[in-house]
Amino acid sequence: MQPKAGGYSFWIGVSAVLGLTALAVATVKNEYYFFAAYIVVQFVVLATAWNILGGYAGYVNFGTSAFFGVGAYIAVMLIKAAGLPLGVQILAAAAVGGALGFGVGLLTLRLRGIFFSIATVAITIILETTVINWRFVGGATGIQILRPPVTEPFDSYTKMLLVVSVLLAIVAVATARYIEISWLGRGLRAIRDNEEAAECTGVPTLKLKLIACTISGALMSAAGAPLAMYQSFVEPASAFNLTYSVSALAMPIIGGTSHWMGPVLGALLLGTVQQVVTVTVSSELNVLVVGVLLVVFVVAAPEGIVGLAQRLRRTFGKRGP
Amino acid sequence: MSETLLKIDRVSKSFGGFAALTEVSIAVTQGERFGLIGPNGSGKTTLINCVSGSLRNDGGSIAFSGEEISRLPAYQRTRRGIARTFQVPRPFSSMPVLENLVVPLEFVAHRHSLHKADTRAEAMEILKSIGLAGKADTPSNRLSQVELRKLELARAMAARPRLLISDEAMAGLAGTEVDEVLAILFKLNESGITIIMIEHIMQAVMRFSQRVICLDAGRIICEGTPSEIVANLDVQRAYLGA
Repeated sequence: MQPKAGGYSFWIGVSAVLGLTALAVATVKNEYYFFAAYIVVQFVVLATAWNILGGYAGYVNFGTSAFFGVGAYIAVMLIKAAGLPLGVQILAAAAVGGALGFGVGLLTLRLRGIFFSIATVAITIILETTVINWRFVGGATGIQILRPPVTEPFDSYTKMLLVVSVLLAIVAVATARYIEISWLGRGLRAIRDNEEAAECTGVPTLKLKLIACTISGALMSAAGAPLAMYQSFVEPASAFNLTYSVSALAMPIIGGTSHWMGPVLGALLLGTVQQVVTVTVSSELNVLVVGVLLVVFVVAAPEGIVGLAQRLRRTFGKRGP
Repeated sequence: MSETLLKIDRVSKSFGGFAALTEVSIAVTQGERFGLIGPNGSGKTTLINCVSGSLRNDGGSIAFSGEEISRLPAYQRTRRGIARTFQVPRPFSSMPVLENLVVPLEFVAHRHSLHKADTRAEAMEILKSIGLAGKADTPSNRLSQVELRKLELARAMAARPRLLISDEAMAGLAGTEVDEVLAILFKLNESGITIIMIEHIMQAVMRFSQRVICLDAGRIICEGTPSEIVANLDVQRAYLGA
């Protein structure tokens, strides 16, 4: 499908999201909603970031947890070393994640298909092992983090974290949308369709993949940075948990990889279902939920929610007067 | 005498122990219609893969417009003026026909331009010239075989080539469709584009080419005008067996 700029409607949507978030912060008293919403919004960032390389360029990255964990531990390092504020932690995590994405891309993006995916799994294992053996950030046992006092206009740190994650999600989605409608997105789609033909059509395939991997890595690490403050405790097994990789991959597939809205819808659906299951049944069922939804969508709507909606619109549009 | 546009000098390429090309040397002049023939497995596609940059040659050199290009990536060669089509059409299947042409226009032709508003208009002009204007908004995975072949040519044209390598652009087409594609190739050549045609349809090669080279088992076995090639015993032996 030819992506459309649709500038105004996008920014009206962004304004609506910001307005609703502000309203919720001002009126909702139960902190659990913010606690749960933070996770869902965090997955919007991760899924959107994954889709930039995995969806647009077709390079399936299993290393989301590596970038996420690096973001969390960059924050831990900055808190412990200098007590720097959350904003700086996020920016630093994004910078390190971008650099890591560029480096990983240089090493792995000449591989294609399953070989690239396997290489990205290895990155998670290497980085987790490094952190396990790094005493300064707590090693294998993890590290406790003390939240600083909350600042005005917020009355709780969790509410502030949700607002920060919503802002991060807006940055991630706006970036993905810009990529999608620009020459960069067209080049990445050409790579996904046929890399050799793209290269022979003048597309600098390696350069574009590196740009995508760098942006994707920066956003994933930025998403990981608030984890330390959110949990008040960080340990390697949870920060580098492969569940992040699986969810960040499943959400765009469920939502649809061809449009920026796909990962957002996938993350909202899957993230919300996971939170409901966690509260009503058990968090142990989260991965099962991912698996079941993934199978259902791969069979019934292989192009995801967005693709299904487009198909239905075409079908009913043709039948119309 | 016309200047040499493409100079392939003693190019070799092996895959493991199999020598696909052995010291092949060819010079193609500016504006020429050049035919490359040979039985299956003779090394034709390997040779053009080496020229377009899809493969790196193991030995020898390839010069385009006097510049050594053997070590350049494929996209740099395209930007210098070498475009190709593929034996099996490879459209960007997630894009409509018009957008398939926007890719080379954006990445090659308008790369340094700040005003890209006319990219689509230019793509449309190319589609008109090739007879695909009516399919501009059609998803490229819904095209017929002849339309796919035309799309391959149109996409190559959008890269504004000086040398177009047509790799079996007429394979699987009916007689009238072959004539359509041939007419397009003649028209492109008349506009100044040098064309290397690789083809199994001998009538098309003989009608189109000013000069033909026949490859067999990775070596050149004959070079000459179409009538010389047809009469050559080595060529007959390569195709029909001794």
